[in-house]
Amino acid sequence: MDLQIALILGQDGITNGAIYALLALALVLVFAVTRVIFIPQGEFVAYGALTLAMIENGFFPATMWLLLGAGVVVTLADGVSAIRAGQSRKVVGIAGVNLIYPLLLLALVWSLPLRDLPLAVQVLLTLLIVVPMGPMMYRLVYQPIADAPVLVLLIMSIAAHVAMVGLGLVFFGPEGYRTSPFSNARFEIGPMFVTGQTIWVILSSLVFIVALALFFSKTIYGKALRATAINPNGARLMGISPMLAGKLTFFLAALIGALSGVLISPITTIYYDTGFLIGLKGFVAAIIGGLSSYPIAAAGALMVGLLESFSSFWASAYKEVIVFTLVIPVLVWRSLTTHHMEEEE
Amino acid sequence: MSETDTRGTLLEVRDLSVFYGKVEALHGASIRLDEGSIVTVIGPNGAGKTTMLSAIMGVLPSVGEIRFRGAVEHSPEVETMVARGMNLVPEKRDLFGEMSVEDNLVLGAFQRYREGKRDHGTTLGEVFELFPRLQERRAQLAGTLSGGERQMLAVGRALMAKPRLLMLDEPSLGLAPLIVREIFRIISELRSRGVSILLVEQNARAALQVADYAYVLETGEITIEGPASELANDPRIIEAYLGLGGKHQDALAG
Repeated sequence: MDLQIALILGQDGITNGAIYALLALALVLVFAVTRVIFIPQGEFVAYGALTLAMIENGFFPATMWLLLGAGVVVTLADGVSAIRAGQSRKVVGIAGVNLIYPLLLLALVWSLPLRDLPLAVQVLLTLLIVVPMGPMMYRLVYQPIADAPVLVLLIMSIAAHVAMVGLGLVFFGPEGYRTSPFSNARFEIGPMFVTGQTIWVILSSLVFIVALALFFSKTIYGKALRATAINPNGARLMGISPMLAGKLTFFLAALIGALSGVLISPITTIYYDTGFLIGLKGFVAAIIGGLSSYPIAAAGALMVGLLESFSSFWASAYKEVIVFTLVIPVLVWRSLTTHHMEEEE
Repeated sequence: MSETDTRGTLLEVRDLSVFYGKVEALHGASIRLDEGSIVTVIGPNGAGKTTMLSAIMGVLPSVGEIRFRGAVEHSPEVETMVARGMNLVPEKRDLFGEMSVEDNLVLGAFQRYREGKRDHGTTLGEVFELFPRLQERRAQLAGTLSGGERQMLAVGRALMAKPRLLMLDEPSLGLAPLIVREIFRIISELRSRGVSILLVEQNARAALQVADYAYVLETGEITIEGPASELANDPRIIEAYLGLGGKHQDALAG
């Protein structure tokens, strides 16, 4: 290996690491607020990438149907319970968000000349379609069992993951797609070539991480999410409902997932089931942070990215093995250094 | 419900029962609280005092009728009760330990913020006026506060919601006597600012001194009730809860 190769691998590693960092942050956030280990995080990456690929190729994005279907079910479930509770006025709001919005979006997507839209608009449409699935998923999958033990929530996560992968195959077919890059620029810095897309990925990740940090430290909704993670009972007494916190968290997780997919799809070919592996690498990073520390998770993500790219050079057949084996020393180290905490009650 | 029902009954609880599985922790309790008054519920450990507050707030499911500001609720939702102006300071305080004092306070106004009442800056000033100590520590993490300061923060956080009814669960628990005295001073101060208070206490002496009306809860049932000043002289209460020769306690509670 010479310097040039090391630089290329390092650049690859940092680019992928930036994506893993975003996903790791989402996983830590979801676990902290709702105690859900969010296995389907990766599916949002694939859905984001493949929805954009369909729009780019001028096809009607099939994920639209999932949004509409989930919206109908949520409207029915929430509508019925609102009417039972005698709050029929709420039904309008429920239907507005979960039924009218998907229908309007459907009409919009249907009428637009998808293939000829500028890339930015295509990306925006992708996010508008995929991101609302996050809160809907929380409502349908996790909210009914929000007080269940972590293990039960994990089992539901696996079920949701399998269902989403299956639907992904139906929607997108077995072929992989690669979308066109945000920028075709190439820069030469010393002995190294940097592509525009790499810069896009790293900068967008950084901007998004800073935006998240500001959201959590400056806005009252961000503080409310942190409060829920620290003390759910106390948060509830302030009127911060676990339901609201859950939906907001899943909105952010879905946004991070879809955005990661959109960013990474010009670099890697994405198949309907690729998301799982990408999500798992984010999960390894989140584990390094003990599912609780955002900075350590982000640093872990960079390490995962670099380890992956260098091991693909030296032992490409084993690159996944090497990355996932990283979990074992991390777990040993964590179990030796952290004191076991009994569940307090 | 109207905002104008100033004097009169603020809270009326009828036949409230709470079950933990098959065990009945609270049995048909009925209490009433007038606007602008302090009502206390005293009783021994495990009598169901905390259970009763939790059920009124909606933290625990219950059977029975809870009439608050004229509207009847059955086993209410916490969020609904917060939105309607009820606030509970729980026994465990339930502060957000890894957040600053100021952030804890601001979150107290979360429900109001959601309703579009974004005046938490002014309310924060009022709370700081009441608890100058919190202003000194505004940037400190809540988890690093002393016991008394934590209790002040818990009360201050509840006041940020501008509650019509403040429910305090054992505010003096685990605090040094002089700080207990400070807490009770604040409780009377709050009443003079128009906050109605439902106070659950083991420190019966101090509670009876500050309250207008009192209930005694024993093994899940209300056994004695009456104006606080009368109960303070009731032989049954003196024997069971106040004890004789409590001059020292009197001095601290005053």
